[in-house]
Order: sequence, then C-alpha cells, then structure tokens
Amino acid sequence: MEKLRLFKNRIGTLLMKTLSFTVLLLLFAMGTGLFLRSQALLADKPISDLLFSSAWRPSAGEYGYLTFIFGTLMVTLYALLIAVPFSICAAVYLSEYAKKRTRDFFKSVIDILASIPSVIFGLWGVLIIVPMVKEIGSVLFGASSTGYSLLSAALVLAVMILPFIIHIVLEVLQTISVSLREAALAMGATSWQAIKHVVLRKALPGIIAACGLGLARAFGETMAVMMVAGNIAQISISPFEPTYTLPALIANNYGEMFSIPLYDSALMFAAFILFAIILLFNIISWIVFYRVKRRL
Amino acid sequence: MNIRKDRRFFEEKLIKGIMRFCALLLAGLLILIVTTIAVKGFSALNLSMLVNTAKGGFYLGKEGGILHAIIGSFCIAGGATCLAFFISTPIVLYINVYRKKRSKLAELIRFAFNVLWGIPSIVYGAFGFTCMLFLGLKASLLAGILVITLVEIPILARGIDEVVQHVPIEITQAALSLGATTGETAWKVVIRQILPGIITAMLLAFGRGIGDAAAVLFTAGFSDYIPESLMQPVATLPLVIFFQLGTPFPSVQNRAYASAFILTLLVLSISLMARFFSKKLSRHRIDHM
Amino acid sequence: MHQQTHIEVKNLNVSYGDVKALHNITLAIPDKKITAIIGPSGCGKTTLLKSFNRLLDLEEGVKIKGEIFVDKENIFTPGLEPTHIRKKMGLLAQKPCPLPMSIFDNVAFGPRIHGLKNKRRLYGIVRYHLKQAGLWKEVKDRLYEPASKLSIGQQQRLCLARGLAVKPEIILGDEPTSALDPASSKRIEEIFKMLKSRYTIVLVTHILRQAKRLADYIVFLYNGELVEHGPADVVLAHPQQPLTQEYINGVVS
Ligand SMILES: Nc1ncnc2c1ncn2[C@@H]1O[C@H](COP(=O)(O)OP(=O)(O)O)[C@@H](O)[C@H]1O
Ligand SMILES: [Mg+2]
Repeated sequence: MEKLRLFKNRIGTLLMKTLSFTVLLLLFAMGTGLFLRSQALLADKPISDLLFSSAWRPSAGEYGYLTFIFGTLMVTLYALLIAVPFSICAAVYLSEYAKKRTRDFFKSVIDILASIPSVIFGLWGVLIIVPMVKEIGSVLFGASSTGYSLLSAALVLAVMILPFIIHIVLEVLQTISVSLREAALAMGATSWQAIKHVVLRKALPGIIAACGLGLARAFGETMAVMMVAGNIAQISISPFEPTYTLPALIANNYGEMFSIPLYDSALMFAAFILFAIILLFNIISWIVFYRVKRRL
Repeated sequence: MNIRKDRRFFEEKLIKGIMRFCALLLAGLLILIVTTIAVKGFSALNLSMLVNTAKGGFYLGKEGGILHAIIGSFCIAGGATCLAFFISTPIVLYINVYRKKRSKLAELIRFAFNVLWGIPSIVYGAFGFTCMLFLGLKASLLAGILVITLVEIPILARGIDEVVQHVPIEITQAALSLGATTGETAWKVVIRQILPGIITAMLLAFGRGIGDAAAVLFTAGFSDYIPESLMQPVATLPLVIFFQLGTPFPSVQNRAYASAFILTLLVLSISLMARFFSKKLSRHRIDHM
Repeated sequence: MHQQTHIEVKNLNVSYGDVKALHNITLAIPDKKITAIIGPSGCGKTTLLKSFNRLLDLEEGVKIKGEIFVDKENIFTPGLEPTHIRKKMGLLAQKPCPLPMSIFDNVAFGPRIHGLKNKRRLYGIVRYHLKQAGLWKEVKDRLYEPASKLSIGQQQRLCLARGLAVKPEIILGDEPTSALDPASSKRIEEIFKMLKSRYTIVLVTHILRQAKRLADYIVFLYNGELVEHGPADVVLAHPQQPLTQEYINGVVS
C-alpha cells in the first residue's frame, strides 16, 4: 500500500516534470517551425534584401518587409507614448491617493476593459476613433485624411493595452511597503515628493516590466489595428496617413497564400519576424528588469 | 521659504489633478466603448439572428442568423479551456509545490510563460497552420481548439501561478508533515485552497478564447453551419463580425453591430462571473503576512 | 524640578474602523528627555507614536478624536499641512527602511526635498550626520553604493542619520532595536544617550530593561488605555497601579 503510494507519486512527478519541459519545448518548436516554413523564401533571397527593401510585389517575386516593419514599429511606438504615461498616472492615483473602495471599483473597470475582444475594440475604433481622427486631421492640421490612419490605430491600441499596464503597475505599487512611504513622509516630504523620489523609484523595475508586456501586446495586435489602420503600404511618419502592419499583412493575405510561389513562405516569415522580435523584447526587458532591480 | 512651500504644494495639487483625470478617463473609456456598441447593436438586434444559422446570401443581406458562430465560439473556447486547464495546472503545481517557488527551473518556466503570453495570436495561428500542413490536417474545429489551447495555456498558467504563489507555505508544510506525498499535497490540499482562483483564471481564459479572431482565422476555417464533427470547419463570432463589417451593405453591417453587441454581452458576463469567484477567493483565503 | 512640555496629548481617541486602539489618552512628553512608551504588544504604542507626526493619516478607515499640541500648535487643526510637523520629528521604524537609493542620497534626501541644492553643503550635511550616527567611518568609502547593501544594524544608523539631517527637534523610535543584534542595539542606545541633550526622544519599547537603561520618563499603556506615566525612577521603582506592578514584575506581558 505504502509502496503503491510512493510509486504513484514518483510517476506523477515524472509526468509533471515532462510536461513542464514541454512548455519550454513549445517555445522552441514555434521558433523553428516558423523558421523552417520560411526557408523557401530565405533560400531564394538574402535576408538583408528582405528586411531592408520596401518593395512588396508578390506577383513579381519581390518581398520587401521594410514598410510593414516600419508600420508596426510606428503604431507600437505611438501607442506606447500615449498609453504609458497615462497608465502610470492612473495607477499612481489609484494606489497612492484613492480610497480602497475607489481602487476596488477601478480594478473591476480594468479587468472588464482587459476582457473586451479585439474585434470589439476595432469596431469601436471604426465607429468613434476614425471619424474623430478625420475631424482632428482636417480641422487642426488641414490634412485630408480618411481617418483610417496611423493615429487611429495607435489610439485604439493604446486603449487596448492600458488595462494590462495599469494592472501590473498597480500591483507593483501595492507591494511596496508602507514603511517606505512613511520614511519619506516622516521627513516632511509632500505625498507627491514621496511618490516621485521613493515610490516610483522603487517601482521602476516593475514599471519597466509592465511596459515590456504592453509593448508585446501592442506589437502583435492584429484585428483591431487592421480594422482602423487603412492598410496601405507606405512609409510615412505623419499620424494622419494610413499604415500597414505585419500582423495585418498576414491576416489580410492568408487566403491567397498558395496562389503565388513563395507567398506562403513569405507570410510565415512575417510571422517569424514577429516571433523573433517578441522574444527579443522579452529578453531585453528581463535583463533591464534585473539590472535596475540590483541598483536599488 | 514660503514661496518654495507654495510651489511644492501647487505641484502636488496639479499632479494629483492630472492623475485623477487619467483614472476617471479610464472609466469613461469603458463606458464609451460599451455604450457605443450597445446603442449601435441593440437597435439592429432581433431574435431570429440568435436562433438561425446563416442562410444562402447571408452576407449579401438575405435572411439568416449567427447561431452557428455563437455555438462555434463556445465549442472552440470551451474545448480549448479544458485542454489548457489539464496542461497548465500540473505545470504550475510542479513549479510551485514540487520545486521551490523561486528555483531556477521555476523562474525559467515563468519566463517562458511570459514570452508565450506576449506572442501575438496571429503568430499562434501561423504556427498552428504550419503544424496542420505538417500533419495533413484541414482547417477544422479540432485545429481551432488546439490552437486556442496554445493561446490560452500561458493566460491560464499565469493566472493560476499568481494564486498558488499566495498559498501560505505553512499549509504545504502541514500537509507534508502529516506524511502526505508531494503529489497528495499538491493535488488534494493546495488545489483545494486555490480552486476559486482556478475557476477565475479559467473563465478569463475562456473569455479570451471566445474573443480571439487572429488565431482561428487560419485554423478553424469558416462555415455557415453548426459543426457536426471535430473535423468540420467552423465559424466564430469575431470572424462573423469582421466579415459582416467588411461587406458594403448597410443592413449586413448593422448585423455586425448586433453580433458585436452579443459578443460584448457574453464577454462581460463571463468577466463579471470571474470577478464573483475571485471575490469568493479573497473571502476564504488565509493570509499570512 | 520643573520640566518643559514638548508634546502635549489631550483626550486622544483613535480607532481603526470599529477597533478602538486608544482611549482618552492625556499626556505630556517632556522636552529634551528620553520618554519610553512601554506595554505589551497590541496595546497601541505604535498608534500613539504615529499620531504624533500624523502618519496615522495613511491608514485606511482611521478615526482620530482629541488634540495633540506640538510646540503649542494643534497638529490636528483642519487644513493644516502635516509636512512641517513631520519635519520636526525624525522617525526610526521597527525595521530599518533605507530608501531605494545610495547611502549619500538617503541622508541628502531630506535637505533636498526641502530645497537645498548646493553640492558642497549637501556633502557637509551628509558627513556631519553620518558622524552623529556613528556610521561615517564605516561608509565613507562607499557613499554611492545602494543603501540596501549595508547590514541591518548599519541601515538603522543610516535611518537615524537621515532623520537627523532634516534638523528635527524630536526623534520618534518605534522599537528601533527589535530587529537588530545585541551589539548594534547597544550602539543605537549609546547614540540615543548622546543625543538626548539636544533632542526630545520618544521611544517605544517592549524591552523593560531597555526602558530602565534609557528612559527619564515612562508611559505605560495597556489595551489602549494610559495606565500610568511619570518620571522613570518613580514609575519603575514604585508603580502606583497594580497593573503596572504586574507588568514590571513580568506577570502580564
Ligand atoms: N491598520 C490597522 N487596521 C486595523 N487595526 C489596527 C491597525 N493597526 C493597528 N491596529 C490595531 O490597533 C491596536 C494597537 O496596535 P499597535 O498600535 O500597532 O500596537 P503596538 O504597537 O503596541 O503593538 C491593535 O489591536 C491592532 O490590532
Ligand atoms: Mg508596534
């Protein structure tokens, strides 16, 4: 009886251990799987041509990803520029100034916002953000824009990643001990001084990690961005011009994947680029996180 | 001295005002999104949409409904959530109970989950598609379930991990000192302590599964019928919304709004249910500070 | 001998939600003396100490009734900014709590937030107060390292130096030696003795022997009530209340 128990335990442990390593394997499999699928394209063209050319004409066999990489980066950058300061402000207010009741209420708001599907965000963007951007563009900047633009995509995306960033920053702020705040206040600091010099400093590694996660989210968002970005391949930094992102490229063209030679391989390579960049982001933000943490 | 002081307090007031504005705007955004969808969708909603599947010419403005997509979404998200549960729970228990919570392996696996969590669902879709080609599988309900399982694993694992990390070490130690094996401790004691947390995480993952569009685009295919077997292609709510919106006909676009309203209602009620369970969790949890 | 009063507490009542933590405390803390607040744990010592510099404001759902006068100013006057009151008092917490910055910046923090920018003067202030806290020799070569790298005992002395650098009149200590080893505790006690000619020191302790060694004035709390207070030699040698006698003889704890 006793033996059986221990035997069961040993088998169970082994199974769970194997399963745990499978997760690591999954990450590896995704990388290699996508890479192998894009081999056909990579064998045909040097990688520098693919990454640094902006000519995308599949029917002519030209596959330059620069426009899409640029578009993805711009949308992500704008979205982060909007979302990060906003999230930090909201999280600090909720953690440091708001009463517990208010904080709990807003936690529900954050959770609900985080659970809304991206198609809904996209639809909301089409109905509200796009007309708004169109108006702003024509009234304030004299730009004749359809509204389907970089700015619309960035705004929708910013709203989408807000709850994720706020959630983590709030959590980080709440784990900082009260005595640290007391130490600063006891010296006659105003609460804002205590927050600025002590609390936010202590929270910095966590805030960086939160931005990393928000960035990853923003980077790969497909449907919502595709619905409001205009999807015209061009390199322009004007926020009122349409743009085209890597995920949108994949989603828009998967149907014709086998109609043109190398096209399937090209789309898989786009997915591989996304995968590689996300992995890189994660590693970098992880390193920064530990670096900063050690300095405090 | 006094002037300095005034500036300090002015800065404090100003910043506090800005921050409060940001927080309020957050709630405003949620209200704006939900009301936009509700106002647009509610007027276009009718019962026949809910009880019928798409008939011929549905996307041209003819008769029909989206029942098949609602059912498809539930099948995919439900199947995927179950599978993901059976994969993530053992792993999370393994790294928290069998191993020390902060061991190298545990941290490595947490890192992997973070990366997987951040990987866009379109990449999961592409990867799933690659695997399907490799295995000779066609776009089907099964493939959709499998891909969404992959999408949900990190969501579920991170959710459960957060709860398990809060289980006081004393509980584990108490069980072990009664002579329980690690396995019994994990599966009979710890899991009971975190059950509400698991349900919350599963509901959240389920909500994410229902709302996902990019991953199923490649793998589940699209159809106008309720699937009868795992190997048939299947439509999902988000894709139905997307395709209806893409048509040039206002009446079909109106149906897209109505479908979006239904999807929002579904997701909101799931999210509220999840909150209900997590409230329960905090009521029963013993915190050792 | 007539003593001057530095902090005067009148009918102070504090409750956390429904939990009453302090009942009707009336008390005068003498100037330039060491006052020890003693009593079993949970009796409200920390609460009393934190009400002096209004750190209680941070707690959720706290209700305060009554008055506390510091230098004749009621600190609970509505609309009063608590910062200048807090500036008058240095706080030593139960567990040393270095700010997440370098040793130098920790001590310079107070002067900086109160508007001092001059580098040379900051350096002078940091050096002077680190010397006061008996830490200068140990850290003068690593002023710019993170304060968290110091040992616990050193951290507590750093916190003391940090508090002194704001030029307080009062030092509040909440069981400041309870997390330290005996040697570090002894050093802190010695520094307190040295500082008492210039500062009013209020010390929460649950170590009776420490109170005996240091205190000039004793405040004994039990269950949120002020049981007895008076000069240390009187209270410790001839306690008037039976409860105080029992506590001092180690019957209740
Ligand atoms: N933040 C708080 N919320 C609710 N009750 C509290 C809080 N802080 C202290 N208390 C209660 O107030 C009483 C006095 O606490 P405290 O002043 O910390 O005692 P001491 O420092 O003497 O150990 C205790 O019964 C404690 O449970
Ligand atoms: Mg205490």
